[in-house]
Amino acid sequence: MTRALPTLIAALAAALLLTFAFSRANPFTGMDWFISLLFVMATWAAAWALSWVADILMPGASSRFLVPALFGLGLLASWEAYVQASAIPVVLLPAPSQIIAKFASSVPTLAADFVQTFVRAVIPGWLIGCGSGFLVALLCDKFDFLRRGLLPFGNLVAALPIVGVAPILVMWFGFDWPSKAAMVVVMTFFPMLVNTLAGLNASGHMERDLMKSYASGWLTTLFKLRLPAAMPFIFNALKINSTLAMIGAIVAEFFGTPIVGMGFRMSTEVGRQGLDMVWAEIAVAAITGSIFYGCLAFMERKVTFWHPSYRR
Amino acid sequence: MTRALPVLTITLALIIVWYAACIPMNAVLTTPKIAAAGGGFANTLAFSWNEVRPVLPSPHQVFREIWNTTAMVEPWAIKSLIYHLWVTLSSTLVGFVLGGLLGVILAIGIVHVGSLEKSLMPWVIASQTIPILAIAPMLIVVLGKTGLPDLITKASISAYLCFFPVTIGMVKGLRSPDVMQQDLMRTYNASASQTLWKLRLPASVPFLFASLKVSVAIALTGAIVAELPTGAVAGIGARLLNGSYYGNTLQIWAALFVAAFGAAALVWALGAAEALSLRRMGAKP
Repeated sequence: MTRALPTLIAALAAALLLTFAFSRANPFTGMDWFISLLFVMATWAAAWALSWVADILMPGASSRFLVPALFGLGLLASWEAYVQASAIPVVLLPAPSQIIAKFASSVPTLAADFVQTFVRAVIPGWLIGCGSGFLVALLCDKFDFLRRGLLPFGNLVAALPIVGVAPILVMWFGFDWPSKAAMVVVMTFFPMLVNTLAGLNASGHMERDLMKSYASGWLTTLFKLRLPAAMPFIFNALKINSTLAMIGAIVAEFFGTPIVGMGFRMSTEVGRQGLDMVWAEIAVAAITGSIFYGCLAFMERKVTFWHPSYRR
Repeated sequence: MTRALPVLTITLALIIVWYAACIPMNAVLTTPKIAAAGGGFANTLAFSWNEVRPVLPSPHQVFREIWNTTAMVEPWAIKSLIYHLWVTLSSTLVGFVLGGLLGVILAIGIVHVGSLEKSLMPWVIASQTIPILAIAPMLIVVLGKTGLPDLITKASISAYLCFFPVTIGMVKGLRSPDVMQQDLMRTYNASASQTLWKLRLPASVPFLFASLKVSVAIALTGAIVAELPTGAVAGIGARLLNGSYYGNTLQIWAALFVAAFGAAALVWALGAAEALSLRRMGAKP
């Protein structure tokens, strides 16, 4: 009985969806409120029932990937139906189908913007900012005076609206990608510094005493004990910085750019009322950010496999 | 004293580096003037530190600019930085309250309804992979067309940024009571809402304040970025954009310092509220 009901609902919902799909070439044009409401309800019911069935077929795996995926699908369907039914103009909110169409038709532009913003500004800036933050943290660890002087600054800067520096950096480093990379460096430096310092103090007294009884010096203790113990903190900073870097590079482009780049494209397309293009750029940014974050999370898993949060 | 000494030393070192950096940074502008005045070290310093439109203004120029635009004009004048800071802070605070409430409500839902955690939580996290700050100016333009008041459109950016840390922190906080305490509530035959009000919410207060401190800082950043589109004529973000259009570096630096002061004040106020409420709840200082 418990299996029959969701299966029945799933079959009904699937039938409804198929009817929509085959009734017209574009099932959404000219939909009225009632039909679009029905469509949304059918999508949600199908998603709900599907997740129920999947949970029975392969418990565990489904709840990790399938449920959020179906939830997102339901959201997209609701968005599509809402936009179509209420006849919202494209200049306010384009439908997902329009965004996908625009995305597919302007891949070269999107790729050029991606290279300008992500490859030239985000990656070098992120590497330099995280690297220098890490090195300064090591210096601070060696010289306690420096640490006690810099750490309050780090905590203060964390609360500051650091994007405000963007116009100054654009003035200093010019319109092209160096100013954007510099912005990313400024944004990523202090989170890395603060987190690495916290991580270097994460190893316990017992372990440090053990290293001392082995007569190991500062460097050996650093490499064999304290850096591995600091890895969860360092990866935390790397992940925070991956999103900060995207934001920094795009915002810096609002203050002046050459005629390519994700931030430039967004601000000009808003002016030309090409909101489908803006959403396509947002999709690129979101996908890039997610992949960036996912790669870091994967590396974190490989490096800090010993951490309790990964134990089964 | 032992705590202040390193901070003071670093601050002093920064100011010295700042003054020293003014000389090479402004060299493009000042070299002909110094030569015309007959050269020499005294002239170099005098021109590098008092350039009208410097590449890098010297500290005393920045503070003179702040003094001139805060203390020397009426607070409500369009030139006053206090007025601009107030415009930014008001949308920050509205967004902060909205985002904080949304975050708490989402967290309560996630803690109490199992299916919400599975379906909603990944999307709460995914929502933060969209660089919202980067698209904030666009959202402002779009939301502005719907006829919402200006304050609400700017505050919605802050609210979007705010809710995430609050949700994450509150989920952790609402789950912080251990099994023994929850069992005790069960032996009292307490309902879910009673457990929420009498056990979970009080236990989550330290987590709430930690999240709110993060939130208020990014709410201010959100409000500043939200002012960047051309429509905004008031606020710290508008001052920054204005200064960058006209190459008025002093205006940019003054706006930056005032914004930093505002951010520090907000975080400090939250810290004070945290200390007060924790003391009222019986925490040991």
